[in-house]
Amino acid sequence: MSLLSYYNYWIAIVLMMVGLYVVMSHANLVKKMIGLNVFQVAVFMLFISLGKVRGGTAPILDPAFTTYSHPLPHVLILTAIVVGVATTALGLALAVRIHEAYGTTEEQDALKRDDAESGAR
Amino acid sequence: MIEHLPALQVVIPLLAAPACVLVRHPRAAWGVFALTTLSALVISTQLFVQTIDGGVLRYALGGWPAPFGIEYVVDAANALPLLLVSLLAVAVALYAPRAVEAEIERPRIYLYYACLCLYLAGLLGIGITGDAFNVFVFLEISSLSGYALIAMGRHRRALLAAFRYLVMGTVGGTFVLIGIGLLYALTGSLNMADLAERVPALYGNRALTASLGFIAVGLAIKAAVFPLHAWQPDAYSQASSAASVLLAGAGAKIAIYAFVRYAFGVFGTDFIGDTLPLAEVLLTLGVIGMLVGSAVACFQHDVKRLLAWSSIGQIGYIVAGIGLADVQGLTAAFLHLFNHGLIKGGLFAVAGIVMLRTQGSTLDHYAGLAKRMPGTFAALLLGGLGLVGVPLTAGFVSKWALAQALISAGQWSVLAAMLVSSLLALVYVGRIIEAAWFREPPAGEAAPAAPGMSVAAWLLVLLTLWIAVDSAGLADVAGVAARGLLGGAS
Amino acid sequence: MSGWMLIDVALFAILLCSGIAIAKIRQLFAVAMLSGIFSLTSACIFVMQDAVDVAFTEAAVGAGMTTVLLLGALALTRTREKLTPTARSVPALLVALTTGALLVHASGDLPAFGIEDSPVQTHPVTERYLVSSVEEIGVPNVVTSVLASYRGYDTFGEVVVIFTAAVAVLMLLGQRAPREVRERAAPMRDRQRVLRVIAKLLIPFILLFGLYVQFHGDYGPGGGFQAGVIFAAGVVLYALVFGLDAARAAVPMRALRPLLAAGVLLYGGVGVATLLLGGAFLDYDLLAAEDPVAGQHLGILLVELGVGITVTSAMIMLFYGFAGRGIGRGVGRS
Repeated sequence: MSLLSYYNYWIAIVLMMVGLYVVMSHANLVKKMIGLNVFQVAVFMLFISLGKVRGGTAPILDPAFTTYSHPLPHVLILTAIVVGVATTALGLALAVRIHEAYGTTEEQDALKRDDAESGAR
Repeated sequence: MIEHLPALQVVIPLLAAPACVLVRHPRAAWGVFALTTLSALVISTQLFVQTIDGGVLRYALGGWPAPFGIEYVVDAANALPLLLVSLLAVAVALYAPRAVEAEIERPRIYLYYACLCLYLAGLLGIGITGDAFNVFVFLEISSLSGYALIAMGRHRRALLAAFRYLVMGTVGGTFVLIGIGLLYALTGSLNMADLAERVPALYGNRALTASLGFIAVGLAIKAAVFPLHAWQPDAYSQASSAASVLLAGAGAKIAIYAFVRYAFGVFGTDFIGDTLPLAEVLLTLGVIGMLVGSAVACFQHDVKRLLAWSSIGQIGYIVAGIGLADVQGLTAAFLHLFNHGLIKGGLFAVAGIVMLRTQGSTLDHYAGLAKRMPGTFAALLLGGLGLVGVPLTAGFVSKWALAQALISAGQWSVLAAMLVSSLLALVYVGRIIEAAWFREPPAGEAAPAAPGMSVAAWLLVLLTLWIAVDSAGLADVAGVAARGLLGGAS
Repeated sequence: MSGWMLIDVALFAILLCSGIAIAKIRQLFAVAMLSGIFSLTSACIFVMQDAVDVAFTEAAVGAGMTTVLLLGALALTRTREKLTPTARSVPALLVALTTGALLVHASGDLPAFGIEDSPVQTHPVTERYLVSSVEEIGVPNVVTSVLASYRGYDTFGEVVVIFTAAVAVLMLLGQRAPREVRERAAPMRDRQRVLRVIAKLLIPFILLFGLYVQFHGDYGPGGGFQAGVIFAAGVVLYALVFGLDAARAAVPMRALRPLLAAGVLLYGGVGVATLLLGGAFLDYDLLAAEDPVAGQHLGILLVELGVGITVTSAMIMLFYGFAGRGIGRGVGRS
């Protein structure tokens, strides 16, 4: 049974690593933001699974239920989701501005253009 | 009202930001920002005074006692960073009007000041909270506004620098979140004092170790500790000038403070020193940072980049001090945190002045400027000497404290690295001095002087002089801070 | 029991497949859609794990708003990604695998999933929130009482985060692109009559639903954040079908900017009011003399309203920022 108790955590961890891999290896700015998103959502899943109680229900008090899953992880993750979308919005705005300034959304190409310019000067 | 000061320290800047958005007029927005920084300084000074002798202030937000609600805790270990941030903020308020006019388009100036208010609020919020998750929220507030402030730099490279910082910073912030989550899963609590009581029973738990690891790595990214510093040179050098003073002076320092608070205040000294080799790792990273940072700085042509790499080196000193994990080491770390913050802030202020007048920041742009702007460059000289650690500067005070701590801990190799790095600092400061004093200035007019900016730079440098002359008081407070953290949770 | 397990497995399988697809596919439009699927599936998993408020927010914000922003960004840049060279992908893979392995190793010491006596469940905080909150605050949705009252200061910070994002994007993308750049997208008039009619029917209900979610958050999943995003979605739909200019005329920037600030000031104002009434910052007990529970209700109502106002304005401003930057440039081209 111990394997099944932990599979929730493991899947979240695998997804975290997929997201982290995308962030680190891809040079495309928009793709990086999507990878960041995947990473963050996977972390949320890990967090939420920590609050779940077998046989419990959502933490909305009702006379029909006695066991509830813990509400604190939910509150924290709500905040984290909002932080995540704020970061995504800002990152994408930067990507748009970079595309306008450099003509590309690949980080390496933009850096090369800067180096070429400063070399030519 | 006095008992509400901890809350007001953060609430006032938080509310100033929407006020800036409402007023829209550039001068009015600056007024809001300036008043905010003044109030922040007044409050942090008052908090400082109340905690110098080891007092601890607590404030339960929402009226809910900890651990049911969020708690603000102020002791000497917080009061020092809070004071640093407020001092730098006031300097930025003096500095900003001319710098902002030159670099930001007029219709967006009010938004820029709103971001400055938010950045200030974020830093103060991290510094004052006693709740583990609240740190994350304010970390993100400061980070988001920081990215925007950097992106407003004048070259298009600023956009790339901001993006890279955003990606690395968000990964770091999410790592901190993972660490907090693991801590929470193991203890059920988010209040730092409560955690400190529950954690010792869990020593040896792999998840606990992972939690410390993730928090450490996440905050190390934010503090630009080697080897996670890749975002920093671009970000510091490309940032808009007004923001760069606060960013370079305080941004990394607050992240280091947060790490120290977690490491010693929550996890406990025993965990750091005995159960995990974290202390050794910190010492090693500090040494590498010292050497690499100072060495690379010697090869930079752009002065802002040079200062950025110098910061990586100087942060290495602070990290080494923390790695000693004893009272002397931690005292030295706090001292250098404070002193270097002021010094670097002042130096970036001068760099911004040069940028305003010559439209550039390479050593060629500095050629001969000392003759044209003697006052400003005297400030640069004093700051630079402080970086090296020449006696009679604030830098010397903290480096001497660190040296003494290293000697009593028997860490001779680290001491040697410190001396080498100081020599390297002499080299890179020397390059700036050589350009400014011993080269011929280019023909043509420089842009008109900016009194507010020079006053700000001098304010910071004079503060460091004061510390150099009267260092005992500051050293005492740093000592109280260190003892408070190491003596167990309180 | 096994029925739920099957659903769980299916959802996780979708997640894993879409995650890997996101990594491999280079056509970014498809990747944006997959990221929306990923968010929506994770919202379903949140429901399975009893986190209904979180699921609601993730679906609205993650699957909804983020996809809109991604598509907006893709319309302004390019939609095809370059191949990742091995020199980058191999070290990244190693770092990811190592970190993952360390985490898996560490998770062995975590309390098992779902057990009843984990440290989280046995901490006195749980009892206070789940039991005492009835007497102290009197709101059935415990997540709302924790979010808005017990940990109301965190939520204040959260509103400020959204405010920061809106201000930052406004500063970076401006309110409108230079005139020469903007091509007006022809509002979909005669070709899309069905869309126009349906949109006109739906938008009032969307806005009504948003109001419902705003005020019903005490009793069921909901609250300021979700409501704000739903409201904004109504406006975004209007802009998509009737054109950005029409939307800008209906919901102008000069109204949104003060509203954005007003929400944060309302939230902070409640806190300052409690300060002046003699209590701590955000101590709602003092808002209604004699009756702390009524005070709590009033406080929660006001702060959630502040959240809703700021989130609505912020989301609409974000959309305007991207949509107004240069309509038509890059759309349809890869």
